[in-house]
Amino acid sequence: MRPKFVVGGAVIAAALAYMIYAGVTQSAVYFVTPAELRAAAVAGKAYRLGGMVQPGSLRWEPRALDLSFTLGDGTATVPVRHKGTPPDLFGEGRGAVVEGTWSADGYFRASLILAKHSEEYKAPHGPSQAGYKELIRTLKGDGR
Amino acid sequence: MTSRERVLGWVAGLGLTAGFVMAFGVAPREATQGNVQRIMYLHVPAILVAYLAFGVVLVASVIYLWGRAAGADRLAHASAEVGVVFTSINIATGAIWGKPTWGTWWTWDARLTSVSIMFVIYLAYLLLRAMIEDRERAARFAAVLGIVAALDIPLVHFSVYWWRTLHQPATLLRPGSTPMDPPFVLALIVNLVAFVLLYGYFVAKRVRLLRQEQEVLA
Repeated sequence: MRPKFVVGGAVIAAALAYMIYAGVTQSAVYFVTPAELRAAAVAGKAYRLGGMVQPGSLRWEPRALDLSFTLGDGTATVPVRHKGTPPDLFGEGRGAVVEGTWSADGYFRASLILAKHSEEYKAPHGPSQAGYKELIRTLKGDGR
Repeated sequence: MTSRERVLGWVAGLGLTAGFVMAFGVAPREATQGNVQRIMYLHVPAILVAYLAFGVVLVASVIYLWGRAAGADRLAHASAEVGVVFTSINIATGAIWGKPTWGTWWTWDARLTSVSIMFVIYLAYLLLRAMIEDRERAARFAAVLGIVAALDIPLVHFSVYWWRTLHQPATLLRPGSTPMDPPFVLALIVNLVAFVLLYGYFVAKRVRLLRQEQEVLA
């Protein structure tokens, strides 16, 4: 057997082993819900927390980069604080997953904010929409 | 290049052009995500064609083990190669989409993990083929792996239902009607057809090359 196959096989085996390990330890329960966190919160322990950003709870201080909001799952809510900018799709009434630790002071200190996207795809409404209608208009020649 | 391959290549090229026009001209800008959503027209057809490619590997492997037809083995080999290419397109476009949308290039959720496991398993499949000198033995071992590896395909697709993931559930292949407006679906279908044609073109070419390779070596 040529050495390059041994090396290649070892790399693939190691990659598979790592992914299965990462998968079992991290993906099976990718995030906990606010209710689950409330039920058994350990201060200083790292969690991934997922829920809906509660409408009216979002505070954003652009100068200090202070972000605070509440994540809820319908039964419980957890206040979250973060230093930094959120991703574009992050907003009230939308799903989010945050990585961080539970603080003994009664809030979740997030080090990473992830926006959860829904499987819905909607065409924009209103006159400013770019797309097929505009394209057809330009093709017909009565547009710009 | 045979004339049949040439025709398939041109039709695939036309399909891709039509898909490009659909993705950038016809399909509207998505309301929440904006233009970054257009990556979907590459991302989704790429994974669906990868499913198809690995499904073909499965069927061809069963046929090979059944009757030891060399043609079935070449089809499995070619289809696995093309499937790996489409899986890597899917993973790369997913990362590019994930950064602005989710806020991360990568995360170990069940969907992303199972896709990368699928990718590595089929890389291992190709490596296994390459490392065994005896062609008949290589074909037999590969056929077994080609069947076992297919177990990961449903795992990838249903991961978003079986576990909590960051990745959203399926939009097209799902129970019930699709929560996607018609112009998006149309653009997606045109691109999917184009990708299937491209897959057929690549596989036809690879199968012919493998046959010629084997004829030269024989």
